[in-house]
Amino acid sequence: MPDITLAALAAQLFTGLILGGILVLLAIGLSLIFGLMTVVNFAHGSLYMLGAYVGFFVLGYTKSFWAALVIAPLVVGVFGLVIERFLIRPLYGRGPDDPLLLTFGLSLVLVEAVKLVAGKLGLTLDPPAALAGAVDLGFMKFPAYRIFVLLVTVVVLVALWLFLEKTNVGLVVRAGSRDALMVRALGIDLGRVWFLVFGLGIAMAGLAGILAGPLRGVYAEMGIEIIIEAFVVVVVGGMGSLPGAIVAGLLIGEVISLTTFFAPKLAEIVVFIVMAVVLLARPSGLFGEAGLAE
Amino acid sequence: MSRGPFGRVAAWIAAHPVVSIVAFFAVLPFVVPYQSLATQMLVYGLFALGFNLLYGYTGLLSFGHAAYWGLGAYGAGIVLAKFGWTSLWAALAVGVLAAGLGGAFVGFFALRRRGIYFAMLTLAFAQLFYFIAFHLADLTGGDDGLRGIPQLPLGVFGWSIPLKTPLAFHYFALAWAAVAVAALQRVLKSPFGAVLAAIRENSDRATACGYDVNRARLLSFVFSASITGLAGALDALRLNVVPVEAMFWSTSGQVVIMTLLGGAGTFFGPFVGAATFLVLGDRLSVVLVDSWPLVIGAVFMAFVLFLPKGIWGTLIGGFHGR
Repeated sequence: MPDITLAALAAQLFTGLILGGILVLLAIGLSLIFGLMTVVNFAHGSLYMLGAYVGFFVLGYTKSFWAALVIAPLVVGVFGLVIERFLIRPLYGRGPDDPLLLTFGLSLVLVEAVKLVAGKLGLTLDPPAALAGAVDLGFMKFPAYRIFVLLVTVVVLVALWLFLEKTNVGLVVRAGSRDALMVRALGIDLGRVWFLVFGLGIAMAGLAGILAGPLRGVYAEMGIEIIIEAFVVVVVGGMGSLPGAIVAGLLIGEVISLTTFFAPKLAEIVVFIVMAVVLLARPSGLFGEAGLAE
Repeated sequence: MSRGPFGRVAAWIAAHPVVSIVAFFAVLPFVVPYQSLATQMLVYGLFALGFNLLYGYTGLLSFGHAAYWGLGAYGAGIVLAKFGWTSLWAALAVGVLAAGLGGAFVGFFALRRRGIYFAMLTLAFAQLFYFIAFHLADLTGGDDGLRGIPQLPLGVFGWSIPLKTPLAFHYFALAWAAVAVAALQRVLKSPFGAVLAAIRENSDRATACGYDVNRARLLSFVFSASITGLAGALDALRLNVVPVEAMFWSTSGQVVIMTLLGGAGTFFGPFVGAATFLVLGDRLSVVLVDSWPLVIGAVFMAFVLFLPKGIWGTLIGGFHGR
């Protein structure tokens, strides 16, 4: 066991918070898409990966990380709209397994296509010069870029909350995930909302990808690795629950980070143990409603 | 769909699964470009058969069948390579048992949730098994794979039948596949099989009819994992090595693809799908080298969209299975 100084522990907790933030961005997108249209997007991780790659190329052309940070989620989000329109929409009404299977195939295609285009070797995505150093938080120094990632995550979550709670479209989204039939009966075109929400969720995955790129490296399999953790977050938090995704994402992020510190060999296993314990105690997840789309 | 001459042949084949499978795979080594491809099709077909019991017949989509395939392979491989056992019977039994127990363990947790939760949970648990195998390097060889599985002869009542030639091993595997197919057919035709079908079609109604749905699901899971474990154990004997990737999520994905290409919920779909997948992979890798999963992925997407019954399921129309 390493010597535990308070500063090292604090740094590890903070790292867990950042990882948790990335997981939250992914899990919220998954949960939002699932809650509204009962589609589990297996390709979510691969679209996260795509966000990192698009960001890398935009950074290469424009030399601006900020441009990449804006353009990558947009490109990936538009790609998400295309996916919804041409691949997911034909499957509505076929039961939840089919979209899961289709997006599984899609994730294979995306990973291999990226390897063909960008090569198999991992790429390095540098954080912008302005965020290269460390910030002195008083009790410890912490890389500025990580603090920036945390801030962006918080801003996105607040914006999403405002969108869902304060706008008319958000109202329809919330109503649609509670009772789609009733919303339709009121004459609202849910198809367009689904289309938009799917794009929004995918754009958030793309954003998570470019944010995570400088931290975790950019490589074709990066999405597959994290999607399983994001699935665990969704199961632990409760499918379709946004607060659940946030709490569980931070919890899993911290658990991974602390285990990496205290018992590195267990780091990959411990998330599954957390999941098993939660399932035993609360089968529908921390914030989930029992029986949703089962 | 009308039933042409081909449909009639297909229907006959579907009605006589054991005979058909034995006849087909007995001839196959002489048809395919190299004999080991036939054995590969057989073993992966058996893998898909096990998966299909759970997905096609019980309606539970598992994304973690690599775990049971791997448990079967490691179970048989470890007792032969590390413990010095000399009986293939005992090794196969250990493999099947390990996979069955693994299925019972995961089933206990994963069956608490259904639908897509079930898919995500089985995937997560399979990754747990993968990481455990990865870190238990003393036993499993870890990243290097489990090496040194000996090529033993099969002992039958004092005789010793050598399995060193690919053809001999092929028929050995075929005998096991025939046993598994016969057992599965027996199960599906039993009242228990009818309960599984009822659960697949409408689980609430099956519950209302007084069936213990969860127990039936768990039994189906354990049986499915055991067949999968048998296939994994045979694969370990075939290759004399167990790569750690055997337990990786991509293996789970492969069996999903194979089963759907062939046709879920049909008896031969898994074999047809495994054969299609392997031939496609074999040919495509000549042209595309490592990128062949790109095409497989695209073909799979097209099947989900336009041919959800799969090749075999479409051929036999709506007459058997889904």
